[in-house]
Amino acid sequence: MKPVVEITDLSISFATDGGAVKAVDGVSLTVNRGEVLAIVGESGSGKTVTAKTILGLLPDTATTGGAVVLTNRAGTGESDVVTLSKKELREVRGTDVSMVFQEPSTALNPVYTVGWQIAEGIRAHRKLSRAEAKREAIEILRKVGIPDPEVRVNYYPHQFSGGQKQRVVIASALVLNPGLIVADEPTTALDVTVQAEILELLRRLRDEFGTAIVLITHNMGVVADLADRVAVMYQGKVVEEADAKTLFANPQAPYTKQLLDAVPRIGQGRIQTTERLALRDAGIASRAAEGRTDKPVVVAENLVIEYPGRLGQKGFRAVDDVSFRIQPGEVLGLVGESGSGKTTIGRAIGGLTRATGGSLRVLDFEMVGFSERKFKPLRADIGFVFQDPAASFNPLLTIADAVAEPLVIHGRASSPADARKRVDELLEAVQLPKSYGDRFPHELSGGQRQRASLARGLALEPKLLIADEPTSALDVSVQARVLELFAELQAEFGFAALFISHDLAVVDLLADRIAVLYHGKLVEEGTGADVLDHPKDPYTRRLLASLPVPDPVEQAARRTVLAELQSSPGDNPA
Amino acid sequence: MSADTAPLSSLPPVKGNFLGRLPVLKQLRQSVGLQRGMLVTGLVITALFLLVALFAPVIAPYGFAQLRDDSGAFGAQQPPSAQHIMGTTVGGYDVFSRVIWGAQTAVMVIVFAVVFSIIAGILLGLVSGYLGGWLDRVLVVIGDAIYAFPSLLLAIVLSIVISGGQSNLWGGIIAAALSITVVFIPQYYRVIRAETIRIKAEPYVESAKMLGASTSRIMFRHVLRNATRTLPIIFTLNSSEAILTLAGLGFLGFGIEPTAAAEWGYDLNKALSDVTSGIWWTALFPGLAIVLSVLGITLVGESLNDLADPRLRGRKRVKVKSGAVSETSVDRTLPSDEDILEENA
Repeated sequence: MKPVVEITDLSISFATDGGAVKAVDGVSLTVNRGEVLAIVGESGSGKTVTAKTILGLLPDTATTGGAVVLTNRAGTGESDVVTLSKKELREVRGTDVSMVFQEPSTALNPVYTVGWQIAEGIRAHRKLSRAEAKREAIEILRKVGIPDPEVRVNYYPHQFSGGQKQRVVIASALVLNPGLIVADEPTTALDVTVQAEILELLRRLRDEFGTAIVLITHNMGVVADLADRVAVMYQGKVVEEADAKTLFANPQAPYTKQLLDAVPRIGQGRIQTTERLALRDAGIASRAAEGRTDKPVVVAENLVIEYPGRLGQKGFRAVDDVSFRIQPGEVLGLVGESGSGKTTIGRAIGGLTRATGGSLRVLDFEMVGFSERKFKPLRADIGFVFQDPAASFNPLLTIADAVAEPLVIHGRASSPADARKRVDELLEAVQLPKSYGDRFPHELSGGQRQRASLARGLALEPKLLIADEPTSALDVSVQARVLELFAELQAEFGFAALFISHDLAVVDLLADRIAVLYHGKLVEEGTGADVLDHPKDPYTRRLLASLPVPDPVEQAARRTVLAELQSSPGDNPA
Repeated sequence: MSADTAPLSSLPPVKGNFLGRLPVLKQLRQSVGLQRGMLVTGLVITALFLLVALFAPVIAPYGFAQLRDDSGAFGAQQPPSAQHIMGTTVGGYDVFSRVIWGAQTAVMVIVFAVVFSIIAGILLGLVSGYLGGWLDRVLVVIGDAIYAFPSLLLAIVLSIVISGGQSNLWGGIIAAALSITVVFIPQYYRVIRAETIRIKAEPYVESAKMLGASTSRIMFRHVLRNATRTLPIIFTLNSSEAILTLAGLGFLGFGIEPTAAAEWGYDLNKALSDVTSGIWWTALFPGLAIVLSVLGITLVGESLNDLADPRLRGRKRVKVKSGAVSETSVDRTLPSDEDILEENA
């Protein structure tokens, strides 16, 4: 039988302000029936552009060469998407190929019911009455695992959770039974536990409906979980194409090897962590022998943080009765899914959000009901690294000026020019050339910006560094180098750190101790070995089992464990 | 992997050339096709308008209030001739000279009106947006209240209050400028306030807060410059509106006396009765001057507006397989440790 889609020598160039930019360079790929082809690569590798070509969804600024031959489900008709007219493209979309987008909350129109939106797709291609279309919508919602579809079909998107919204998006892609679904980072916006469910659904599409899937992702764990075949893209070219098991077991291209090496795995940093702990304990012991005891940098006792509600409504309790402490020189990893309160805790320690109950002592200063004026001198001892390096720099200041800001504010230098010598030292410490100080933030790559952000956070040699998801906006190979740098700097400067992340593997690399948050409550705390190897709390167990590992064989085994965890009663707090 | 071997020289250039970074020139370079045509037309008309205003004393054959020369009085409502290429008005002034001098008045009123309203609007917007609270609420209500009045009515009331009927050159210009200012302040205020509220939540402002920067430092170093990016567009659009308001005031008789300065709106008013009696030149030329100057400035403003938005900006199509593959975000652009040591040495 003919393949569903056959891409031959595809090249795409974009018109930009800086002249022509080539995004895809001579790519040839085929997708067979009922097969999941994963296209992996880092941002800018051309994977999304390649996939969008299959649906003819490129903007007007793009020029396409080569051929993308799409065959319909019955195998009776084929068409070259590149040469189709707009009208012909509309006929192909939905019936032969459809798309699942990354962000389910923006892919659905908030003012229409989900049933209406699914029916719209049906009625665009087939002559059906409203009632018939709705009946089909209910049927497809049932198939993608939405409970009570007869009722839910009349719900609006905001009445669904993130994972259910993604199910609805998948349902509307599936409703005309296309031979191919293009899924562009379908689980990136979702929490790991929800991600596992959506991956399970996609697997069912392939097995029960025989739908071929082009899966675009940067997450090697997702690839290992779902893909039959993998194409690795780098700088617009396919550098390696192999079936999933072969690729993970025996990668050929140097780039693939590098990519796989950069993926953090649980247990990888255990040796360093143990060494560091031993070193620190020795230090504490020697200081104790001199009669000095270390005061903890942060002590939280029954901490409560509530966001005020609207007039007459109850406030939202983001953090509920959380107790932990951070010793000098210790790295505490804070893990949790979105809405678990991890970022709120970090912001409260930094004085950006007010703690409302219990007690939070930062550097021996009570943060509940604090006054900004009294806290200000202490800010010199707290560094902060933000999630998005692009947004955390003032676009109109040079890197040197931005790094000099803390020095000027706290009176260590009279002007940014005066601080330049210290700034140069800091840039060297984070492995950036001094000359980069004269650049503007947009002239640096993501990883370089996050290095500069580290330099700014460390400018005053703080006792405490709060890092809020510092690597989640970075590509995996860049992430690996930034994490390495973070560990080096921590060893060199000896600051205590609160490392906030949603990624257990990343936290495990760096943290001495790990605290797991769930719905604002601290469910488990301990060393990496305790929490990750012998999790006690059911939520931690589920979180661990949901985390896909970059190894198809191991991942298949983990799936059964997760299925057991989910089916066991009482263990499913969601 | 050659991730560490890219030489420093392969890094992107730090700065473009200076001329190419100037606000209007940068957009001119970016534009193509119809958008470029619009921008160039607008720029040419606007430049002409400014040049005429600047060199009015040289270009205009007579003064704006001149009624006679060596050969005697001009005479009223004379048709275009060699002496008076655009004829004379009912009051006996030379139309061509008054059109030329009128450009000067218009430019001065624009400059004063826009400078006053920008300064006041930016400060109010910044303070109100950043600090919030009751001050913000009061200012928003006042701003909305001003919107509720027809702008020309406000301008009339103000011009009566300020100039009180007497009108020398500067008094008239300042009065006109201030009456336009009152109408414009809420516009700048709103834009800056909205931008400030957006920027207030940006991580780089939070980062400055984390570092312990004072409120005024955050407001002026981090928020102000980022909030004023859209101003050139409002500035040009408001300039054309200022010309119209000034002409409107003059037309209704609240402008500048003909002996103090030339003003297109006033001349149009005086030409009202001429039109019905077939005297076309007294109304046509001041009217054309208003239309052209407004058109020129609006074209510049609208094209800048389109070009500032990458989604509206037109680009030339590129050929198949053209262009170079850009570096992806893998840290290839990052020099190796040796390079850094060498560079830093």
